[in-house]
Formats: sequence, C-alpha cells, structure tokens
Amino acid sequence: MLTRTQWGFIALIVAGVLAPHLGVYPTFLMKCWCLALFACAFNLLLGYTGLLSFGHAAFIGAAGYIAGYSIKAWGLSPELGILAGTAFAGVLGYLFGSLAIRRAGIYFAMITLALAQMLYFVWLQMKFTGGEDGLQGVPRGKLFGVIDLADTLNLYYFVFAIFIVGFLLIYRTIHSPFGQVLKSIRENEPRAISLGYDVDKYKLLAFVLSAALAGLAGATKTVVFQLASLTDAHWHTSGEVVLMTLLGGLGTVFGPVVGAFVVVGLQNQLADKVGSWVQVIMGAIFVVCVLAFRRGIVGEWMTLFSRKR
Amino acid sequence: MPLQSEFILETCELTKAFKGFVAVSSVNLKVKRGSIHALIGPNGAGKTTTFNLLTKFLAPTSGTITFNGADITSEKPAEIARRGIVRSFQISATFPHLTVLENVRIGLQRELGTSFHFWKSEKSLEQLNGRAMELLESVDLASFAKTVTVELPYGRKRALEIATTLALDPELMLLDEPTQGMGHEDVGRVVDLIRKVSANRTILMVEHNLGVVADLSDTITVLARGAVLAEGPYSEVSKNPLVLEAYVGSEQQ
Ligand SMILES: Nc1ncnc2c1ncn2[C@@H]1O[C@H](COP(=O)(O)OP(=O)(O)OP(=O)(O)O)[C@@H](O)[C@H]1O
Ligand SMILES: [Mg+2]
Repeated sequence: MLTRTQWGFIALIVAGVLAPHLGVYPTFLMKCWCLALFACAFNLLLGYTGLLSFGHAAFIGAAGYIAGYSIKAWGLSPELGILAGTAFAGVLGYLFGSLAIRRAGIYFAMITLALAQMLYFVWLQMKFTGGEDGLQGVPRGKLFGVIDLADTLNLYYFVFAIFIVGFLLIYRTIHSPFGQVLKSIRENEPRAISLGYDVDKYKLLAFVLSAALAGLAGATKTVVFQLASLTDAHWHTSGEVVLMTLLGGLGTVFGPVVGAFVVVGLQNQLADKVGSWVQVIMGAIFVVCVLAFRRGIVGEWMTLFSRKR
Repeated sequence: MPLQSEFILETCELTKAFKGFVAVSSVNLKVKRGSIHALIGPNGAGKTTTFNLLTKFLAPTSGTITFNGADITSEKPAEIARRGIVRSFQISATFPHLTVLENVRIGLQRELGTSFHFWKSEKSLEQLNGRAMELLESVDLASFAKTVTVELPYGRKRALEIATTLALDPELMLLDEPTQGMGHEDVGRVVDLIRKVSANRTILMVEHNLGVVADLSDTITVLARGAVLAEGPYSEVSKNPLVLEAYVGSEQQ
C-alpha cells in the first residue's frame, strides 16, 4: 500500500514528465518549477521550523547573479554555474542566519528584510549586475559538456530534475532526525531547550539549507531565462514566496508546489488582461487566504479528506 | 570518583530584579542529593522565577548557582539540561502536533548524536521506540503512543511531560506545579509517579497542593515576596507562624 504522500509524489512526477507534451508552454512550466522549489525551501523554514524570513529574495536573487556571471564571464558549464550560485546562497544564508537567529518573531523577520534590502542596493550599484537592465545574455551551454540546453525539452527535463532533487532533499530533511528537532522547536522552543538542544544551531542549519535551496532555484531560473535581474532580489519576491506557501498550505509537503503554480499561473493569465491590477488581485487573494482558509489549498483538502474517512 | 557532597544543588544569594522589582531576593537554597524538595509560597512569591534562574532561562542579577560542585551560573539553558538538570513547565509543555511517542523520542534522540543529520531517514530513530514505550508505560500512556498529543486530556499531557523529562534520565528534576489543574484521580497518579521516579534522582518541585507536598517531600522551602521565609520538614514548616501568616495574608488580598 502506498501512502498518500507517495501517491502525490508519483502524480507529481507523471505530471512533470507529461506536461510539456500536453500543450503547456515549457517556459511557463520551468518558471513554475523554479518558484515551486523556492517556495518549498521557504516552507522548510516557516512551515517546519517556525521562522518567518522576509528576506528570501536575497538568496534567489544572489544565486541568480553568481550563476549568471560565472557562466557568462568565466565560461563555467551550466551545472557548475548553478552549483556556484547555490553555494553562494548557502554562505549568504549562514551570514544572514547568524545575524538574525538570535532574535525571535517579528524582529527576526525585520532583520532578514533589512539585510536583503542592503544586498538589493549592492546589486543595484555593482557594475557586473547590469543594474536596472539586469545581467543579460547568459548562455545556456551544454550540460556536462554533452547535452545541449538550447533545446527546450532538454532544458525542461534538466530543470524538472533539479526540482525533484531539491524537493526530495527537503522531504528527507523534514523526515530526518534533524527534522524531528526542527518540528520540536516549532512546536515548543523552550521545551526543546530544556531537553538540551542548542536551538540556535538547529535553526541556523535550517536557515542555511533553506537559503541554499532557494539559491538553487534562483540559479536554475537564470539559466532558463538567460537573465539575472533585480526583480528576483526585490522584496516583492520575498512577499510572493510567503503568498505561494500560505496559499498552497504551510507546513505541507506539496502545498508550496501547488501555491507556486497557482500564483505564477494567475500572474500569467492576468498580466495581459488587467495590467498592474495583478498586484491588487494577489493582495486580495492573500487576505482571503489568511482570513478564510488558513490551511491553504493542500491543507484544507487534507482536512476534508481525513474527515470523510 | 570524587567525593560527592551532600548537596546536589546550592544557590548563594541568588537574586533577580525586573526593572527594580525584586522577584527573587538573596535566596540560599540547598537541595539534598536524593531528596524530594518542595518549594512553596503564595502566588507571585518567585517560585517560577527561581526555576527560570536555576535552569538559566533567566540570568540572575546577582548570586551564584552550584551544581555537583561546579559553578553553573554562566551556562546556557541547553548546557544545564545536558548536565542533568531537566525542568518541566508550569503550563504543560509538550510538542502538540507530534505523536505521544515522538514527544518522548525527542527526549531520547539527542544521545544518538544524529540530531543534525538531515540526510538520514527518521526510520533511524525507530531503534529508540523500545525505550520510548517503556517510558510511556511507566506513566500509563503506552496505549496512546500513536495519538497526536494535542488530543490528549490535560492530565495525560502532564504525564507525557514527565515521561519526556525522564527520557533524559536527569540527576535533578525540576517540576513546576506537576498537579496543577488536575482532577483528583490524576493527582493521585502523579504523586505515585513522582515517588516512583524519585528513587534514583533528586527532585525539586513547586507545588500548591499542600496535601501533595506533605505526602512527598523531605524538605520544604517557603518563599514569600522573593525571599526564603522558612525551611524544614513539613511538620515544622506547617506550624511556623510566619508561614501561616504569609499564606493567610496573601489569601486576604
Ligand atoms: N519577566 C518578568 N518581568 C517582570 N516581572 C516578572 C517577570 N516574571 C515574573 N515577574 C514577577 O515576579 C514575581 C514572581 O513571579 P513568579 O512567576 O516567579 O511567581 P510564582 O511564585 O511562580 O507564582 P505562581 O504561584 O502564581 O506561579 C511576580 O510578581 C511576577 O509578576
Ligand atoms: Mg509559578
């Protein structure tokens, strides 16, 4: 007998493999997978550790620049460029985390926001980022020197594979001895301390993992769009990932994936029709979500499902 | 083996002031190894604050704390726990959305040394299930092992808290009002449990139920307005006019 999660995972794989053959635009899908990974990484922190970071744009943005620059200027292969971006985001996560983790609640969120804003202005000032224009024309290159990523389907399956690897790593983290401690910190921090856990160290590791995986998403996104821009580093992105995670279902395995698809899908659909009203509509969805269905799409669905049985 | 002193825990002039308000004032506490020591006093006397000081959830304004001969005044709360001083909380402290079994396992898993291993399966924790079930059995919770903790009745949660504390096999256990908010039957069960687990450890407990205190404790320290008012066995303390006055006085307020 397969568990619900295993069924969900199989459905995810099948959908991911088939989707580009069912008439869905690969570029749209790739954007969704990148942001889904971003949201899953964020969920590891908020949903399973109870830490609200309002600076996650920093990681997705920074990794995009580093990957883009190392591929374009140093001629790194795409896989190495993505690794470089991911590693940079991890180091950045360590720095941000070390500064923010001593604080709790809203102070933690404010420090992460402030640090991310500082970094945003660094990117804006630095030459190599191309400022407002962004770092353009990042070549896609050949994966492992063989697979040509200029081919859209090759690129698509590469991106999907990265998502799956990131997703599985997060899943494993949640269901590991470390994940158990994270959950105990989320549930009752003083109690975890009184049982001898140095909670700050656990939070820091969770923060670094989350930042690195957010970076993996950002670096991959840069390869897809051949562009690293200020948009990803902007605080809007930090807000968007909160929305995706809450809308899909905080602290659920699949919630952030669903949330990312819904948000990116809506933005795509609405952008041509209502222009800048998109922001307002997203805001309204956020409010409805927080007021009316707190558990998010996947969370509500799961409660419904378990009640029926 | 070094010669162990008679007292496992001593405080010297322990004081805590909150912005000028002195909640704990020059407390000299000596807890005898292997005893059950009760800390009592009217509401607001500073009992919980004392616990917070002993476990370093609060930093003392002045004074020192010695555990097994070592000065632990400047250690961090998690370090204190690893030394063998484990506390419970006045309001039940469990991990509500984990199962009862998982709650106890959190207490057990640190010693495996894999608590940072995010790449390992949580199945690796199943080797602890036997010990966890034993602990649950000792508090009559074995049949609830798979229950999500939030669904337990209050009395059971307190029992689970004790089981989780016992998972660390602490040398010194601090219990903050273990019977608070419990029905009569539950109180009896917790008293039996405390007596049972006190066999090879020291217990310092805050307790309002004087019946429980009289029943269990070897020594009683009475706190009032942050200071020690009296100390001794129940038979002595309960006759002390100062103590009676403090209790009656606080009741009239
Ligand atoms: N963090 C704090 N800041 C300011 N005052 C505090 C703080 N914690 C406790 N106090 C005050 O210190 C005094 C002692 O509180 P404490 O909680 O130790 O009492 P207690 O003896 O445990 O009482 P109870 O029987 O009600 O649990 C109270 O007057 C309380 O208001
Ligand atoms: Mg108290």
